[in-house]
Amino acid sequence: MALINTGYLEYEELSQIQKLPSDERYAKGPVAVIECVQEIPCNPCEAACRFGAIHIGDPITNLPTCSHDKCTGCGVCVSKCPGLAIFIVNKAYSENTATVAFPYEYMPTPEKGMEVTAVNRKGEEVCDAKVVNVMNPAAFDHTPVVTVEIPKEYADEVRSIKRL
Amino acid sequence: MLERDVLVVGAGPAGLAASIEAAKAGADVLLVDLNMKPGGQLFKQIHKFFGSSAHRSGTRGFDIGKMLLDEAEKAGVEIWLQSTVIGAFPGNLIAIEKGIDGGEKEVITLKSKKVIIATGASENVVRFKGWTTPGVMGAGAAQTMINVNHVKPGNKIVMVGSGNVGLIVSYQLMQAGCDVVALIEAAPKIGGYAVHAAKIRRAGVPIYTKHTVVEAIPGEDGTVCKVVIAEVDDKFQPIPGTEKEIEADTVTIGAGLKPATDMVKLEKCRLTFNGPFGGFIPLHNDKMETSKKGVYVAGDATGVEEANTALEEGRIAGISAVESLGLIEPKEAEKMRIEIWKRLEALRMGPFGERRQIEKNNILAEYEEKVVAAVEMD
Repeated sequence: MALINTGYLEYEELSQIQKLPSDERYAKGPVAVIECVQEIPCNPCEAACRFGAIHIGDPITNLPTCSHDKCTGCGVCVSKCPGLAIFIVNKAYSENTATVAFPYEYMPTPEKGMEVTAVNRKGEEVCDAKVVNVMNPAAFDHTPVVTVEIPKEYADEVRSIKRL
Repeated sequence: MLERDVLVVGAGPAGLAASIEAAKAGADVLLVDLNMKPGGQLFKQIHKFFGSSAHRSGTRGFDIGKMLLDEAEKAGVEIWLQSTVIGAFPGNLIAIEKGIDGGEKEVITLKSKKVIIATGASENVVRFKGWTTPGVMGAGAAQTMINVNHVKPGNKIVMVGSGNVGLIVSYQLMQAGCDVVALIEAAPKIGGYAVHAAKIRRAGVPIYTKHTVVEAIPGEDGTVCKVVIAEVDDKFQPIPGTEKEIEADTVTIGAGLKPATDMVKLEKCRLTFNGPFGGFIPLHNDKMETSKKGVYVAGDATGVEEANTALEEGRIAGISAVESLGLIEPKEAEKMRIEIWKRLEALRMGPFGERRQIEKNNILAEYEEKVVAAVEMD
């Protein structure tokens, strides 16, 4: 696995370890993409999902699985995952654009409407992006979930933004 | 003479959990710690913890610290800070250098029926040319600076070590506004959790596996201004000609921890060497009791792991200590211990945990073989 050598996974490698949403599901709107690929003892995402879409069970080292048909793409799990490894991808945002929501714990917190630079899993700049939503309620405990709008072709690549 | 039912040494997660369990059962508990504040490393941990959601995972470390301090206070645990154990004598006597107001110290001899040692671990160092240059420090020191004292150790950081400490502290240094310009790992692969590595990669930190730090070069002011790294061969020796110079003002070293065993040595507890657990550790049984009757251990002092396992081991030590004082029925104590060992087993599963489970079983077996058998022979 490349991840343990380099610290990141290509989408194809990820798809061999985690069940990712189907094209049909992506077409329906926002959905959680879980990029948790090692059996570590951790399960807060399971309790975080009030739709019962995320399952870990016993033992807690099981990888989480997401029932994408139950997932509404609400983004609560994104803020609860201690590994910051869950993203919400919406490939049905508009004809040409998609959105990606990710946890962002750096200062300053981005604001809605900001023009930013989107980066991929390696931290490489991918494209310009626009912040379309920032969720940061007390329940998220200082893990704001930031949503950026990007050209649709980068939806599987963009996972964060360049630090402000 | 001052007397207590239970003395707990070290107020980190293991010591706090042990104190809470013992005090809840009605024991007079004294908890001593050499630091200015209790909590061990918990108050430096600003990230959300892994683990079971039934046990506060997803909660930030310092919030878990606050909850434990609250519980300890409610249970009536007495805490002495800036206080150090300096001697252990026959007859359950412990000498403590107690910190008192105004920075003064007072030596107090305490008679304690039971002793729980939860002294934690200390950072390993890596030696290289220029390693004493100002700007070179432990990753834990850098974490204390940013998260406790709110001071940046520098602006451009080279982190050495890709275990969870190196990865998490790199992330937190960036949260504090520093740039991590390189993360160096001598092994061919990243040591810590992939998700921790992934979040610093997303932030643009280059990770150099099979590399080591060769030299920290001081600038005109005598502090680090450049760091030389190089690729290593299979024997971890730098390969000449692969050196690379990086502009940086700080080198932080996250090269693992080793159990702090001064106190268990003072108590003459039987030790064993265990590489995966970080060095010499005390033998103990499933009650966390050492080869010395009435002396218990918990947490990183029994082998370096993490806060969740330290908490659970602390609970076992606390329960066992009060059981032997007759404050809990043996049946009840055994029931609680079985539950906790089950939770510990769950924490010691998967690619990062199973080795620790094997080693823990080895420690328990070695205790049976060397400590129990020796007692039977007497």
